[in-house]
Amino acid sequence: MAEAVAKKREARAKIRDAGGHEVAMLKVQGLKRYFDVSAPWLNRMIERQPKQILRAVDGIDFEIGQGETFGLVGESGCGKSTVARLIVGLYGPTEGSIELEGRDIAGLSRQQMAPMRRRLQMIFQDPYASLNPRWRVRDIIAEPIRAFDLAKGQAAIDARVGDLLETVKLNARDGEKYPHEFSGGQRQRISIARALASEPEFLVCDEPTSALDVSVQAQILNLMKDLQREFGLTYLFISHNLAVVYHISDRVGVMYLGKLVEVAPAKTLFTTPRHPYTRLLLDTIPDLDMSGRERTPVAGEVPNPITPPPGCTFHPRCPFANERCRAEIPMPRPLSDGAIVACHGIEEGRIPDGPMLTLPARPEGLA
Amino acid sequence: MPLLEVENLVVEFPTRRGTLTAVNDISLHIDEGEVLGVVGESGAGKSMTGAAIIGLLEPPGRVASGRILLEGERIDNLPYEKMRRIRGKRIGAIFQDPLTSLNPLYSVGRQLVETIQTHTDLSPTQARARAIELLTEVGIPAPERRVDQYPHQFSGGMRQRVVIALALCVNPRLIIADEPTTALDVSIQAQIIALLKRLCREHGTAVMLVTHDMGVIAETADRVAVMYAGRIAEIGPVREVIKNAKHPYTHGLMGSIPSIGHDSERLEQIPGSMPRLTDIPTGCAFNPRCPHAFDKCRTVRPDLLPIEDSWTACWLYDGEEGRNKEASKKLVAETKADAVLEGNNG
Repeated sequence: MAEAVAKKREARAKIRDAGGHEVAMLKVQGLKRYFDVSAPWLNRMIERQPKQILRAVDGIDFEIGQGETFGLVGESGCGKSTVARLIVGLYGPTEGSIELEGRDIAGLSRQQMAPMRRRLQMIFQDPYASLNPRWRVRDIIAEPIRAFDLAKGQAAIDARVGDLLETVKLNARDGEKYPHEFSGGQRQRISIARALASEPEFLVCDEPTSALDVSVQAQILNLMKDLQREFGLTYLFISHNLAVVYHISDRVGVMYLGKLVEVAPAKTLFTTPRHPYTRLLLDTIPDLDMSGRERTPVAGEVPNPITPPPGCTFHPRCPFANERCRAEIPMPRPLSDGAIVACHGIEEGRIPDGPMLTLPARPEGLA
Repeated sequence: MPLLEVENLVVEFPTRRGTLTAVNDISLHIDEGEVLGVVGESGAGKSMTGAAIIGLLEPPGRVASGRILLEGERIDNLPYEKMRRIRGKRIGAIFQDPLTSLNPLYSVGRQLVETIQTHTDLSPTQARARAIELLTEVGIPAPERRVDQYPHQFSGGMRQRVVIALALCVNPRLIIADEPTTALDVSIQAQIIALLKRLCREHGTAVMLVTHDMGVIAETADRVAVMYAGRIAEIGPVREVIKNAKHPYTHGLMGSIPSIGHDSERLEQIPGSMPRLTDIPTGCAFNPRCPHAFDKCRTVRPDLLPIEDSWTACWLYDGEEGRNKEASKKLVAETKADAVLEGNNG
């Protein structure tokens, strides 16, 4: 199996566009997803309320290269899980394009999407909810193999399921058991085996370790890294845990209220964070080195995405905000070292480098 | 005299298939104004310990043996009504999910006033004034207006502030905080931790902070107890435990936490997972996963032994000098915190 994979990887490395540039595994442009959360029509008419639109994802662009791990971080409600669901096609985008190796998959019909689905799989957060409790593990893992007709005959399918279980460091005999017989970490391994069953190239992982204990999380993260090396996988890794994202990602995007505020290589992002939100987020990480550093709590909370603040959506919490920030929406701009930041202050050079600790925290004024 | 003493506490759950021991013979104490962190992975018995102290074990769970003393007075065998008086007045509680700890049908103010009036003689007007004062103290903006709102009108972080206000109503001596920040975002988590720390400092309240998050412990606790399969594996000053872990479990746990700035391709991992309560291994419960386990570990259960500044339940540190020194040296040498090494070959 490994040889076949190596061959495939080679073939894929050659996918280039007309200009000879390598085509990104995934390219997202101007992606938007709005949800209508209005009250029913009659109530709206009686109470004379306008429609309410929740902008879960509001125009984001990013690229993920072949074999790369792209981390997406942000607080709850920032739209990171919506991005995951848009990419695998569980939601249709309101606007924008999603290109998988140069082919737009946004808004494809079910039928057109079917062959793409094989190449694109998802691992979910909750390993208790994402496995059917009435199916034996071998049937759960065999389902994608049957659906995409990847093996002929029961014997071949069984052999493949056994292989997959061993790939995720479980026993081939575990296929006979039901999901409830496994612990959280083992279930997440089963989820991974199922995702790998269709021989995908790209995995969307939505908080795959958030429900797990730290020692089990370490096992899963190590396994994911091993699998990536072995099969040349590309990951979109979504998490709210910055340390986990730092550990696993090559590049990281920071989301705030439906927008990407900063995209940079992991090292750069964590050593020289630019956007004030990224810096505040990094300041909130508990300090395991016990250097005695006091955390500066970020003042305020994430605003309601139905009525986001005008201009830069972060301005009510930002110590550097000025008139321009309150009025004009900042556009993402690339910097010299490969980081992309959407911030007026950075563009104008009025935000000094360095930690936020020295800055006066604004009082909480978000009633 | 310590504020809270727990002596040889055993919590059992009788089931049809036999009795499960969730907490197995643990002893600890908390001094006035001290923050004791209790960490462990799910199933370690950390929440059970907290629930046993406040007398809120879900039946059929029960304290099978041992004693719990608050300011020298036994509280584990009190009748329900008496214990109810102590809860809220002398021991406050903060739980993980702020939404389920608040009644959605009553305004926040009414819930605060009810708690205040249960435990003090204040008049309704005075109690309301105290409620507003408490909301101000926990940093809720516009408390005069917010006091009449309902829990659903508050965000997650604000709700947890209300829960903290509820726990602080009558200046309790001890607060049991069970995963108070787990359901919150990181930026809100920092706010809540800062708040808890400030309040404890100002009121001299002792806190038992139960969490699975080592980061929160490192920032907040004075001492920490690491629990594994219903027992304390290691207990000591937080710095000592985190930077200079003695027990192989603590050591593995620290290594498995990814941290920013430490570049390593792979995380240290502990093989296997926490045993279920139905089949806890004999001897040291950690022995099947322990890289240093030897014969004694598989047969005899270790008790806490004083090593340097902390206490550790591990046979590596016991008995034959040779093994002890060599093994502990080896373990210590493996820790990343090289700086702390100097002068601790006690």
